[in-house]
Amino acid sequence: MGKVIVVTSGKGGVGKTTSSAALGAALAQNGDKVAVVDFDVGLRNLDLVMGAERRVVYDLVNVIQGEAKLTQALIRDKRVETLYLLPASQTRDKDNLTPEGVEKVIAALKKAFDWVICDSPAGIERGATLAMRHADIAIVVTNPEVSSVRDSDRIIGLLDSKTLKAENGERVEKHLLLTRYDPARAQRGDMLKVDDVLEILSIPLLGIIPESMDVLRASNLGAPVTLADGRSAPAMAYFDAVRRLKGEALPITIPGEKRGFFGKFFGRKAA
Amino acid sequence: MTAVLTQPRPIRLKGRSFLALALSPELPFEDWLVRLDDLAARSAGFFLRRPAVLDVSELKIDRSELRALVEQLAKRNVRIMGIEGARPSLLGPDMPPAMSDGRPASDFEAPTAEKSEGTEGDETEAAGAPAAEARMPAVPPAGRAMPSVIVTQPVRSGQSLFFPDSDVTVVGSVASGAEIVAGGSIHVYGTLRGRALAGTTGNATARIFCRKLEAELISIDGFYKTAEDLDPELRGRAVQIWLEGESIKTETLG
Repeated sequence: MGKVIVVTSGKGGVGKTTSSAALGAALAQNGDKVAVVDFDVGLRNLDLVMGAERRVVYDLVNVIQGEAKLTQALIRDKRVETLYLLPASQTRDKDNLTPEGVEKVIAALKKAFDWVICDSPAGIERGATLAMRHADIAIVVTNPEVSSVRDSDRIIGLLDSKTLKAENGERVEKHLLLTRYDPARAQRGDMLKVDDVLEILSIPLLGIIPESMDVLRASNLGAPVTLADGRSAPAMAYFDAVRRLKGEALPITIPGEKRGFFGKFFGRKAA
Repeated sequence: MTAVLTQPRPIRLKGRSFLALALSPELPFEDWLVRLDDLAARSAGFFLRRPAVLDVSELKIDRSELRALVEQLAKRNVRIMGIEGARPSLLGPDMPPAMSDGRPASDFEAPTAEKSEGTEGDETEAAGAPAAEARMPAVPPAGRAMPSVIVTQPVRSGQSLFFPDSDVTVVGSVASGAEIVAGGSIHVYGTLRGRALAGTTGNATARIFCRKLEAELISIDGFYKTAEDLDPELRGRAVQIWLEGESIKTETLG
């Protein structure tokens, strides 16, 4: 039985889709079978980020409405054999996502895959609540910035009340993924510090993804950043996050901190 | 020139709970209204001056049907003070406001109980007593000991904890955009970033305690201060807040 991960945030534009694709590709490169499901009906993007936009025939809504089989809708990645995408519908109304339909699809995916990653739409409406409904693990994507942090806090509240696990008295395992972290701006005080975000949200940190041109470049190439350039800083941060997700106790590195802090410190001493 | 208000008198925002009659209409409304008329005919003035809430949570109706129902009830002198369980799209600005978080209370005894063919005299007598009881909710005496509620998880943005009859202790933080409303005192063993409203049911002796004050708004017995009105010195400190007369007092804790 696979694990269901929801990648969620409340706020838009913080990196949910980028992270879903990057984490999915990273997990699949270890040989795990991964399905990444786009829940953003009407505004799908995951197909673009994963470079499958020209191969979409059927989508999640088709499967839910019984117009296509799950196996027909799943798109296998051309680069990694064990990575699959279930795209969202771009033309249908989001009301076509029914709780019963989503439940069926997730149950079927759980049987066939090791990981089912649900890429949640922004907001706290139907799409977002359905994406988190069946989650075992939640990855809360947050930017070091006050409105993103507050929205994430709201989402954590929903994870604790609106998910199936919460309703059964269990708890969804929650992790914080801090994205678009800019060490230079954090040092200037233009961004919230990592500790401040952790103090406010009080959930464990899965990783810190640095702000980087590599992410944008990879998106435009149609490749998850962990596939486009595995040696880039954001890709390495996602690989580390995946190792932590699988239970490894890996110390968190704050991007740029070593150079920034120690460089200055020693520089001054030597002078 | 900007006008500067010196020492503005605070506006009191108080919480109150009232016992209201909740009407749960059933479809089709025509039949239900006939039954209501029947009830009203047998007990003139049953609905008179009684606040009534319309509970439509189980009904599949549209806006015009709901509006028509409210009008029909108004014709019968039943004035609806609020509507419970309606989707926001059902309510317009000219309709009674939405109500939520209603807590069940003891049922109102309709003057003509289900037994339809009884001796008339008996029925009215029997019904009179419980109705009078229901009209007077038990008001606890002042100065009573407050029960206490302990919350062991952080209170997240968008959550609202409402405990009109107790003290609240939060082991964790209260997030920006979260709210705690308590009849008694509020204790936060963490950072208070959201709103804390203590003593909302008319308890001027209630206090607010927190380990780190970053609150958006604090209020005791309806007197409130926003973050702007609070002494900037107190920010980030452990603080207690209480009421003296009509002014809110603050003090840092050890």
